[in-house]
Amino acid sequence: MKKIEAIIKPFKVDEVKEALDKIGCHGMTVTEVKGYGRQKGHMETYRGVEYQVVFNPKAKVEVIVADKLVKDVLAAIQKTANTGSIGDGKIFVTPIEEVMRIRTGETGEAAI
Amino acid sequence: MKRFIALALVLATVMILGAPLLALAQEAPAATAEAAAAPALVPDPSGTAIGGISDIVGGSPNAPTKEEVEKMAADKDAMLTKVADVAGHNKIAINMSWTLVCGFLVMFMQVGFALCETGFTRAKNASHTMAMNIMVYGIGLLGYWICGYALQMGGGGGSATLGGTMGLLNNEFTINLFGKDFGLFGLKGFFLTGDSYDVSIAALFLFQMVFMDTAATIPTGAMAERWSFKSFLLYGFFMSGIAYPLYANWLWGGGWLSQLGANFGLGHGTLDFAGSSVVHMTGGVAALAGAWMLGPRIGKYKPDGTPNAIPGHHIPMAVTGVLILAFGWFGFNTGSTLAGTDLRIGMIATNTMLASAAGAVSAMCYMMFIYGKPDLSMSANGLLAGLVAITAPCAYVTPTSAVIIGLISGVLLCLSVFFVDQTLKVDDPVGAISVHGTNGAWGLLALGIFADGSYNEGINGVAGTVKGLLYGDGGQFIAQCIGVVTCFVFVFCAFVIYFKIMNNFVPMRVSAEIEQDGLDLHEVGVLAYPDFNLNKTHR
Repeated sequence: MKKIEAIIKPFKVDEVKEALDKIGCHGMTVTEVKGYGRQKGHMETYRGVEYQVVFNPKAKVEVIVADKLVKDVLAAIQKTANTGSIGDGKIFVTPIEEVMRIRTGETGEAAI
Repeated sequence: MKRFIALALVLATVMILGAPLLALAQEAPAATAEAAAAPALVPDPSGTAIGGISDIVGGSPNAPTKEEVEKMAADKDAMLTKVADVAGHNKIAINMSWTLVCGFLVMFMQVGFALCETGFTRAKNASHTMAMNIMVYGIGLLGYWICGYALQMGGGGGSATLGGTMGLLNNEFTINLFGKDFGLFGLKGFFLTGDSYDVSIAALFLFQMVFMDTAATIPTGAMAERWSFKSFLLYGFFMSGIAYPLYANWLWGGGWLSQLGANFGLGHGTLDFAGSSVVHMTGGVAALAGAWMLGPRIGKYKPDGTPNAIPGHHIPMAVTGVLILAFGWFGFNTGSTLAGTDLRIGMIATNTMLASAAGAVSAMCYMMFIYGKPDLSMSANGLLAGLVAITAPCAYVTPTSAVIIGLISGVLLCLSVFFVDQTLKVDDPVGAISVHGTNGAWGLLALGIFADGSYNEGINGVAGTVKGLLYGDGGQFIAQCIGVVTCFVFVFCAFVIYFKIMNNFVPMRVSAEIEQDGLDLHEVGVLAYPDFNLNKTHR
């Protein structure tokens, strides 16, 4: 099992969700986050003074999937969250040791 | 804490005891003068006797003259006399209703100031900024009741539009220089007792009080996010009880600036119809003195002295506040006729509107032209700048002039904000110094330039209507310049000295730790947004 964390543009969350639903990845956790990458924020002016908006608002989408789905999920997110401009975000994949459904006590892929 | 309470008590005692003593000292000579002139003048606490046949003089183009009225009144039993008496009473009633309703509108501007200032500051200080805005109303009102009103209007005789008993406010402290009398402050009306227990004098108190409170709440914006609450409380008494009333007396209470025309032939003396200088410039200059002495917020300036932007936390709140201010301003300007029967109010209201629109548009265009985006906070400030600038000239100028005054005010605002921020390096989170101080001065000067001679025949005891530089009266413009200089020098010095002295007893500025953590919990004990994680890391 793998955890796939995608930092994406907030307005892309709905599209990503639909796409993942279609390929059989049901369930996700979404968090509003702030951060910066190579783009290093952007400049704005307020009352005649330039200032840097260092941390841009992003959405973090987390899904736990069976190993066989990882490739499809990565492709789906990469395709739907892509606008072609800077600040589209990144995807991280990490291994998951165990999953348990609290209501039934099931473990492993059955609990996803 | 103990030192603060002791100091507050001392200040209150001085104001409460000092006021009537001053009054007593001046009571005797005034009483004799009064007896010689008009023995009939008595206060009217119930409002049943004010307004009568004598008030119909000059009420309309074909109104009876004073002589005709006296002839008619001799026959007390004639039906015509009785009807005329009711007409006179109703005229005063219309004027008083108008004055009160406009006063209520101006009171609503407190809401506008509270929202505007809080929106333009950071979330961690929202309760503190709101606390200053509500308590400046309470403290200001009481300070004004104790001695502010008496110092301001105690010698001015008020306005006859609210009835004859306004003449009871007749005790001005004057000094004689160059053979001319210089009125300095009034001495009647302390606590609204004695002769001031009168409906007209009370109505004027309400109206003047909300004006004073507008001035008093201006520095709370410029000094926000770092001003200690205790220091603010003491300031409230000083502003409402002493500083504001003195300058206001000089223009509106029959003091020396208003007599520059009668004494020295400078137009009609310094004129300020609704308070560009009396209210706004006073507030703005006090804000400049206060913000300068407080120093900038932590993180406002980089080590090399260039400014950082510290955006406000709630722009929709600030814009709502600005629009509420614009609404209240109709009461501010039109109410200053103190007469609903003075139909110039139609022109005044329209001029007020036009200037505010022009101010907002020119500020927005200026920012768009330079920075590519309209900058909402500056556009909102521009709307207020237009309103402040038209406040003095609103009754004297044409709609075209009102638009010109507004257009200039918006650009002036932007230049002033940059100057204060980048050259003076005085930190003003909401732009109060530029909106109220700079444009208050511009408003006073604009009256001296654009007044077209169509209104206010015989104001301040000088024959003729009010004309500005463009309409042939250079003297009026000089009188306006004297007003601007006087306001700046007096208010700036008064507040620098006041804050310098007070800072030794009650420190003006909160500690760096409190400032960085937000003033809400430390200074007023309640968070504005307890259910949210606040972004305190942003400088």
